[in-house]
Amino acid sequence: MSAHQFAQYLIDGLTQGSIYALVGLGFTIIYAVTRIINFAQGEFVMLGGTLSYVFAVTSGLPMPLAIIVAILVAAATGVVMYLLAIRTARRASVLSLIIITIGASIFIRGIAGNRLGVGAVQPPHFTGNTTILFLGAKIDPQELWIIGITLSVTILLHLFLTYTMAGKSLKACAINPEAASLVGINTKTTALTAFILAAAIGGIGGVAVAPLSFASYDMGAMLGLKGFVAASIGGFMSPIATVVGGLILGVVEKLAVGLSWGPFNSSYKDAIALVVLLLILLIRSGRLAAEERSA
Amino acid sequence: MLSWSGKKWIYITTAMLLVFLILFPFDWFLGQYTYLMITIGISTMVTVGLCLLMGYTGQISLGQAAFYGLGAYFSAVLSTKYGYNPWLAMLIAAVVTGAFAYIIGYPMFRLRGNYLAIATLAVGMILGILFNRLSNYTGGPDGMAGIPHLSIGGFAFDTNFKRYFLVWFFCLAVLFLSQNIVRSRTGRALRAIHGNEAAAESLGINVAQFKVKVFVLSAVYASLAGSLYAYHANHIGPSSFDFLASVKFVVMAVIGGLASIWGAIFGAGTTRLLSDQILLGFNNNQVDIIIYGLILMLIMILMPEGLFVSIKSGTLWLRTNWRALPSIMKTKRDELPARIKYLFGRLLSTRLWRKPEP
Repeated sequence: MSAHQFAQYLIDGLTQGSIYALVGLGFTIIYAVTRIINFAQGEFVMLGGTLSYVFAVTSGLPMPLAIIVAILVAAATGVVMYLLAIRTARRASVLSLIIITIGASIFIRGIAGNRLGVGAVQPPHFTGNTTILFLGAKIDPQELWIIGITLSVTILLHLFLTYTMAGKSLKACAINPEAASLVGINTKTTALTAFILAAAIGGIGGVAVAPLSFASYDMGAMLGLKGFVAASIGGFMSPIATVVGGLILGVVEKLAVGLSWGPFNSSYKDAIALVVLLLILLIRSGRLAAEERSA
Repeated sequence: MLSWSGKKWIYITTAMLLVFLILFPFDWFLGQYTYLMITIGISTMVTVGLCLLMGYTGQISLGQAAFYGLGAYFSAVLSTKYGYNPWLAMLIAAVVTGAFAYIIGYPMFRLRGNYLAIATLAVGMILGILFNRLSNYTGGPDGMAGIPHLSIGGFAFDTNFKRYFLVWFFCLAVLFLSQNIVRSRTGRALRAIHGNEAAAESLGINVAQFKVKVFVLSAVYASLAGSLYAYHANHIGPSSFDFLASVKFVVMAVIGGLASIWGAIFGAGTTRLLSDQILLGFNNNQVDIIIYGLILMLIMILMPEGLFVSIKSGTLWLRTNWRALPSIMKTKRDELPARIKYLFGRLLSTRLWRKPEP
């Protein structure tokens, strides 16, 4: 593999990994605060992607406005989902909550497929699609947007969690919900904040990735799973570790496919991530089981 | 007190169910729905396994369709490409699937709750990818055709009418076996695990082993069902075994009541009727998954024990309390909506919102 090939795979991998990171952040935020794995996380990404097309192309809104509206709709979906499906079943068992979020996931997917059609759509690039040459690698400007957006989201999230009251209460709930409620933190509001944040971040990821790799109603399932891999690399509790996990996964995937090493040609790309996921889960099973027990 | 009359009713309903099932495929009865009923029987077998795993043991599997697929593909590949006897292929498929479930089950069932769900989902998706990609054997996304029918001696199960009895023989066998497991010491151990793992362990129940055993059993059920499906439909494709198919089995289990063996028929029947008859015209518009999503959310929020079980406990409550009904209605609130809401709440709360008894 030559240097410019390597640079190419690296950039492509970082781009892909950024999306995984954004999805993974959603998982991490919701899981840390509520101990719920939100199986509908991928659908927020799908909503961001497909809706930015609908608003920008079908309704003809200017691109920046379309992006903002798409993200807002994704966030609103998160709010509705939390209030109608999660909060009403707050006393439900883990098993029930898993099934509820799966139900929400295929419900949202079905509505999107029914209303928006099943074909893949491509919203316009943010700033043209003239390829940039860098170290011999061909870079789509959208790739830079994606990486940049992910970095900004990560930094903003970090600032939010560290310096604002709402952010600090999220952290407190993640560490110990009962102690947090004892010092006057409303855990329900905090959970709602977590869902809004996760849905909005998912929507941002969808908006960013759609011009590059298209959006379709059923894109959420696989992206959700990859995001989960990112979150599991990061241990489900730390946003920064999740982002790093996502980036690693993206790069490893692209490199494995690029090298065509052993069985890992492109047709098994998705299987790589799943095997990684299984391995992580099994290696950490002792700690994860203890965590579930205390939850 | 209730025992002899209760038993009497069980015998009567069982006999009526059997007569209904035997008469069903005749043309003068409901013959035109034989095909639907065969798919219901096949789905019931998978659902029962899922009920044992989810409802009784409190575990979860989001990859059940993959075991169903393993059964179907092993039977299909061995019998079409390697000329194995279909029965032998079916047996090999069940053994291989069971062994596979055993090998992955041991490390996997150290996980719990959310992580277990994700792990089973991942296993299911990996197998799904293999069904798609190992096209030399499985025919890839196009699937395989020309799978032979099962036959005993010279008697081939080559019509829906004949296959109906074959499938329901297997289905009822699985149901009775599961019923006996649930009523036995093993069943009580499973419920103990559901209630509290630490407590079950302290009673001398080998929690890890029981979980894996149930998982293997449910995988074997699914594999047998998959084999029957392959020999019945003669054509299989990977889309019958993907994540959505797994979710569909969860829908069936949820409708039937997770901890109810006979509810599985009800769940599989309702879901199949919905997807194969009622929603047939809408399938291209994704209406089916919208409805499944709604069913999953509504049932898990309102009646987490499942529709069938809730109806059953609701009618039981009415049967024992109907005399007191007017006074209950009168003593509480005055307005009609409030009364309905109150009654509804009473009906729902008979068994619901309560944690499963250990």
